[in-house]
Amino acid sequence: MSVTGVPASRARPPGPSGPVEALRPYWRIFVAGVREQARYVAATLGGLLANTVFGLLKSALLLAAVASAGGSFGGYTAPQMATYVWLGQGLLGSVDLFGRSALAGRVKDGSVALDFLRPVDVQAAAVVSEVGRRVFALLPRGVPSVLIGAVFVGMAVPASPPVLLLGALSILLGITLSVATVYLVAVSGFWLVDTRGVQTFYMVVSGFLAGLFVPITLFPDWLLVLAWSTPFPAMLMFPIDVVSGRVGGWSAVGLVGAQLGWLTLVLVVGQVATRAGRRRLEVQGG
Amino acid sequence: MTEQPIVEARGLTRDFRVREGLRRRVVHAVAGLDLRVDAGEAVGYIGANGAGKSTTIKMLTGILVPTSGSVLTCGLEPVRDRRRLARQVGVVFGQRSQLWWDLPLRESFRILAAIHHLGREQERARTDELVERMELGGFLTTPVRQLSLGQRMRAEVAAALLHSPDLVILDEPTIGLDVLSKQRLREFLVEERRAHGTTLLLTTHDMGDVERLCDRVVLVDHGTVAYEGTLGGLARRADAHRVLVLDLAEPTPDLLGVPGTTHEGSEAGGLRQRLALVGEGTTVASVLAAVSSRAEVLDLSVAEPDVEDVVRRLYASRREPPPTDE
Repeated sequence: MSVTGVPASRARPPGPSGPVEALRPYWRIFVAGVREQARYVAATLGGLLANTVFGLLKSALLLAAVASAGGSFGGYTAPQMATYVWLGQGLLGSVDLFGRSALAGRVKDGSVALDFLRPVDVQAAAVVSEVGRRVFALLPRGVPSVLIGAVFVGMAVPASPPVLLLGALSILLGITLSVATVYLVAVSGFWLVDTRGVQTFYMVVSGFLAGLFVPITLFPDWLLVLAWSTPFPAMLMFPIDVVSGRVGGWSAVGLVGAQLGWLTLVLVVGQVATRAGRRRLEVQGG
Repeated sequence: MTEQPIVEARGLTRDFRVREGLRRRVVHAVAGLDLRVDAGEAVGYIGANGAGKSTTIKMLTGILVPTSGSVLTCGLEPVRDRRRLARQVGVVFGQRSQLWWDLPLRESFRILAAIHHLGREQERARTDELVERMELGGFLTTPVRQLSLGQRMRAEVAAALLHSPDLVILDEPTIGLDVLSKQRLREFLVEERRAHGTTLLLTTHDMGDVERLCDRVVLVDHGTVAYEGTLGGLARRADAHRVLVLDLAEPTPDLLGVPGTTHEGSEAGGLRQRLALVGEGTTVASVLAAVSSRAEVLDLSVAEPDVEDVVRRLYASRREPPPTDE
């Protein structure tokens, strides 16, 4: 692509010159997200403390249930249940089950206009930046939480490098899926302006159906079917099942495939909603 | 090379539905606006709050979809070609930040350079240039949220100019800045235009901005162009004149009938009199010569028309179809 009519002295970069260059903005935005989160380690530690307390309560309750059920409860052995609890607590700082986002605020106060003034895909930039923040949060919140669980309770650990790798991929997909879904909550603001109602609904529903409180295999059938027909189990339950080895072999690969499917669907809906919403955008404030 | 305008709006219109209790009302924020900005020009886009300035800017940059009419910016259709246009336009909204709030200022420039696909060498040269000319060196490693307003606005402008856009749109860039910061920013913009031939479109309430930076003003009122031309022409249209203030040696009857002037008033029994210079080519010297035959002049001063006052007067007088020429 060449820019005509512009003297050479002020020729502008012609835009991306290949796939690597095309991805460079998003990589930088991702790194910026990581760095932003890195400045809030102290705040993250507060979250870790709360996580740990709830984790101890949860594991006491659920391990007692496993013991009284004779060693296996809802398909979980004691080490698997411990893994469920502590991995879940660790992922809570990274998988977005609250539904708040910087973008929702930007839609409400009109600063989102600035996002549209950049030569990037607004959805991709918003998602990538938030994933950067949440991947970083694994370090101060996720890792310590898992270590505490391993030390105090004992956990099932991935048996082999391939399982570990698949587990890591599954965690990354779970985080990204949650962020891409919360993006939809923010984008609903193009129509609603104030997204607090939607966000509250997301918060109530997502944690429950994602399996934050109890593993979804403990749900009655009808509720299990309902959960499976939403993207929420793929955010938290699937990664936990893959990492803990409760679901193994090709079934684990199947779960990761399902995560990819959900992610694709949610991203497509987000892309369509962004395009439609942009035409409605009235940009609040002067 | 064909002289394609940088901005060309025809009949540009944007309505908003406003809800007032149960009733709905349609507000015509911009109503049939025609606007042309040529390459290399510096245009002041002025008008009262709610006159339609920001709404126009949002349509020029593709953020807001026009209700009707057409606009081409840098030869592109803004809403459809948003991303291509974003490579050629730099925008600063004085009230909003485009910088990464929690990160050191330097990071914002790095991210924006990647977003605009600047090469390594290009990025370094341009960043160095902006840092030097905008005097940003002292706080490049400071998180943006810790910058003073003056520092941040300089950084905002630098960020908008990083990719060397053809068109720079500044929406109230000097709002809240102290005199020194304003002056520094204006000097930079003048230099930037001289060095790169950048087209400038500026909305402001600060007439100092317009006087220092703009070749031409466009006054918008009720969503249409109320005046287009030079700032001096605007003053003439509003019937605003330079005023000669004379301090006389003794009380003197009103100095009526001095050629090329009208008597605007007397104070202290005629010790101080104000004469408006109305005729084309009327000079202070000629008026002084005429007056000195009638009274002894001790002191004098010339008051330039206050542009904000001019705008106010034009608003008050203008309730007929908009003239477009000075």
